Amino acid sequence: MDFGFCLSPSSHVKMDNVDLTTFNRLKETNPDINTCIACGSCTATCTAGHFTEMSFRRLLLMLQRGKEDEAKKMIQRCMLCGKCTLVCSRGINIRKILLDITR
Amino acid sequence: MIIEGKQKIWADYQKDIPNDHYFYVRSCIRQAFWPGSEVTFLDITRNKLGKDFYENPYHTTCGGIAYHSDTIPQETAMTIIARQFALMHESGYENYVCSCITSFGCYTETLETWHEYPELEAIIRQYLWDSCKKEFAKPKYLAHASDLIYKFRFDIAKQMKFPLVNVKTGKPLKVVEHIGCHYSKMFPSKGFGGAEYPHVLVGMIEAWGGEVVDYPERRHCCGFGFRQYFVQANRGYSESNTHKKFESMEPYEPDLIITNCPGCPYFLDRWQYVIAEQTGKTYGKNGYGIPALTYEEVAGLVMGYDPWDLGLQMHQVAIEPLLEKMGIPYDPKKKYQGLNGKDLGQPMCPSCIKSV
Repeated sequence: MDFGFCLSPSSHVKMDNVDLTTFNRLKETNPDINTCIACGSCTATCTAGHFTEMSFRRLLLMLQRGKEDEAKKMIQRCMLCGKCTLVCSRGINIRKILLDITR
Repeated sequence: MIIEGKQKIWADYQKDIPNDHYFYVRSCIRQAFWPGSEVTFLDITRNKLGKDFYENPYHTTCGGIAYHSDTIPQETAMTIIARQFALMHESGYENYVCSCITSFGCYTETLETWHEYPELEAIIRQYLWDSCKKEFAKPKYLAHASDLIYKFRFDIAKQMKFPLVNVKTGKPLKVVEHIGCHYSKMFPSKGFGGAEYPHVLVGMIEAWGGEVVDYPERRHCCGFGFRQYFVQANRGYSESNTHKKFESMEPYEPDLIITNCPGCPYFLDRWQYVIAEQTGKTYGKNGYGIPALTYEEVAGLVMGYDPWDLGLQMHQVAIEPLLEKMGIPYDPKKKYQGLNGKDLGQPMCPSCIKSV
């Protein structure tokens, strides 16, 4: 039956069903990822982020929610300039993490 | 845990409600959606509990439905409300109780606006005089009808015939409670328990023997929201809100939903049919839905009113499985009979959700 409207797709994330393989692998090779406080300095200074939707803070959240495909799509915007690593208040090697995600 | 501290915090969420003598105003949409609810409220308060609830036949809508749809400005809505207060004053009452949650929100908003901007109150007084030659007095106490049922819940429990218990298993019915957004989310201090711990329906469920279901999307809006429903193309947004709630409550297998708003039972009831038609999914057992009732209907059921006199045939979701769980006798032949046995006509059966 056509009602003239339909259900909107849900953005609900069921954490019980999330595949965290990539994120767990990253945590093993880059334990400093656990020290991120999501301050957003990386995103604020990101050269690509001024012109595209690139945001390391969002990217990390995507991986924590199992959205690996979306994260890999976003990472294509990164120019590997390394400014995020320079400004990180916790000294996280973000550039290396970005490279590791694609490996 | 320091109990004294907790009790002090909880005391801030309580309301001291007058016991008697109320001016009662109806809801424009509840009379169309759930015609038995307001009649039952008045019958319980007047005849079962012996209270004085006066109704003036000249009262109108509060204007909330037009106000929240951006059809009329706030000044117009406030003038309509001022006229209602004038009728209360003329009738010799000081306590005002409304049937509708949206009205409750509008009355509260108006009184708060006048408190903050007395000059606006003076303008509205002039508008009312110019248009109706009436003068109003602000109510000493403003209550929602569910506040009164909450207050009298133990008196109702004393007259209870069918508690919220499954007669076959002897276990309490699992009840989802859904509070209307305009009850306590706009002005948290005006509702029992505020916005975070609204207790108005929980108190009824516990007093009448049921068990409250605590599920993740418990405080999520039903999705009515006026504008997104009135425009057909936007109704998917409204439906999606209800869908989210049902997906969240489904694992807890609730037997019943109880609400205190005009829109919430309507959408929690009707969207179950639409969701079933669109996705083939039903949330009750054996192809049925989960009945979504008003608090007056639930009060009437536990007190032994005839389900068809309560207007339960107006619900899309079949009520019969709940009646059987509670052990309430009913005559299936009278489901679609009006007063004096008049045949009201039988609706068509939906294809996915069981209706009988």
